[in-house]
Amino acid sequence: MTKMISVDHVSMRFNLSKDRILGLKEYVIKAMKRELFYEEFWALKDVSFTVNRGEVFGVMGLNGAGKSTILKIIAGVFKPTEGSVTVNGNIAPLLELGAGFDLEFSARDNIFMNGAMFGHSPTYMAEKYNEIMDFAELWDFEDVSMKNFSSGMIARLGFAIATCVQPEILIVDEVLGVGDFKFREKCKVRLDNMIQNGTTVLVVSHSIEEIKRMCTRAVLLKKGEVIALGDVKEVCRIYSEV
Amino acid sequence: MRILKNTYLKEYILKMWTKTNLTRLAIFLSFLYLVPLFFLPESIVGVRGEDVFFHTSKLFFLSTSAAITTTIVLIFVVKREYVRNQILTMRRFKYLLYFFVKRDFLSRYRKSILGVFWSLLNPLLTMLVMTLIFSSLFKVQIPNFPVYLLSGQILFNFFSEATNLAMGSVIAGEGIIKKVYVPKYIFPLSKVISALVNLMFSTTAFLIIYFVTSTDYQWTLILIVIPMLYTFVFALGLALLLSSLAVFFRDLSYLYGVLLTIFMYFTPIFYPVSILPDYLVPIIGLNPLYHYIDYFRSLALEGVIPGVWENMVCIGFALASFCCGLYVFISQQDKHILYL
Repeated sequence: MTKMISVDHVSMRFNLSKDRILGLKEYVIKAMKRELFYEEFWALKDVSFTVNRGEVFGVMGLNGAGKSTILKIIAGVFKPTEGSVTVNGNIAPLLELGAGFDLEFSARDNIFMNGAMFGHSPTYMAEKYNEIMDFAELWDFEDVSMKNFSSGMIARLGFAIATCVQPEILIVDEVLGVGDFKFREKCKVRLDNMIQNGTTVLVVSHSIEEIKRMCTRAVLLKKGEVIALGDVKEVCRIYSEV
Repeated sequence: MRILKNTYLKEYILKMWTKTNLTRLAIFLSFLYLVPLFFLPESIVGVRGEDVFFHTSKLFFLSTSAAITTTIVLIFVVKREYVRNQILTMRRFKYLLYFFVKRDFLSRYRKSILGVFWSLLNPLLTMLVMTLIFSSLFKVQIPNFPVYLLSGQILFNFFSEATNLAMGSVIAGEGIIKKVYVPKYIFPLSKVISALVNLMFSTTAFLIIYFVTSTDYQWTLILIVIPMLYTFVFALGLALLLSSLAVFFRDLSYLYGVLLTIFMYFTPIFYPVSILPDYLVPIIGLNPLYHYIDYFRSLALEGVIPGVWENMVCIGFALASFCCGLYVFISQQDKHILYL
């Protein structure tokens, strides 16, 4: 089995900004002590796991456990403070739907621009254009400026663009909570198709049922640390006890 | 670089690869480069003995910028694996760059009636106003004031637009940077390129004025792309530097506005250099834009192709700016996201 993603002793430190109004004197003192504005916060501490080819891997944890952070590190948005992440293959990140849309422009322009953000050429996007519009069901709003779109429409378009390719790795961060039930079904069908075609998937979800249904293995995070790693049933059992 | 395959040498280089040593290397090189510069013929570096201080500082500047460039090129040679990866990502994201430039261009004149024509009209109108005010003032020294003014103005406007827009570009790209992986330099680069597109329009305006008002046309006019290229590289370097620093010090954008005004008055855009008092002349020589504009004017107005020395100065400024900007940007780009 080939490793598609290997996360190796990853730690991530954030600076929490404190927007307190300081007097000039306090400011100077703090600046000299080098504790100005920021306080350290470790979102991830020494996290390691690997994901094999064709696997559906779940990332679980309560709010603030660092699930989204680890996904963003794998997607290349963050660079880990310590440790390293190796990814073999192209990633389609479904972190936040509609990331990178310019709402001043029409759906048509945004499809091409968002595609370029994932590295697709305009010619490639032109081939996929009909498919995307069909899937997002937005033909009536092709040339409407996206600031007039509803959040559901934006999410639909975002999902359609991000999944217009058959990626080797798909990262899904609770994006299936958007849209009406009909669209959700459609998304699920598309994801299941991808899984059957051998795409490696990383899923974040709060719902134990969904993780159990989709995944084979999972990792459980708590305050940035790995608590359990391995078979999905075992991890879910521990998760329900947390 | 077969030489780097030698393992002993490689280990040695990696051991010596510290910031302090690199700084030392840069200082050493700047002195090393000074030596051959002193022996260059006077036809290239200008007449010696007239002003020793000015002459020495001129040479010193050039050797320093050459040393900075060499050091940074050396860094990139050793880290060529990294550079190769960067070139691969650059290919992947060239379409995004294109769309960013297109977006800038389209949103600039969105919903205005004249649209793109403003790019042409704007320099013409400014020129008209400035000509009305200043032409009688400098009539004797400058034969064709509109062309003189416009040639300085389009280059300076390009520079100020490119750096000003680029400075806020990384901050404005927060929404994208925090959600999708894109190479961060694409933001300042796209702004400088959109300023370049605008320069194309104002150059058209310049050419119209040139052919309407000139009495004798210089064939060297076609070479004006050279000073434009120099200015582009220089502006790009500064844009990378500023866009990176502005993330950490937001005050920079206000400060830079003031600096730019000072910069503008220290650049002979609407006045001839000859009105400056003697003590200011060496100082204005430190202004890179002065050299670029001077280059441009000697091509367009005098029909003279600047010599080796002028080119060396122009390239020196451009490369030093580009290398410094790139170095600072690359070394800071992973921290940007934490401060946005």
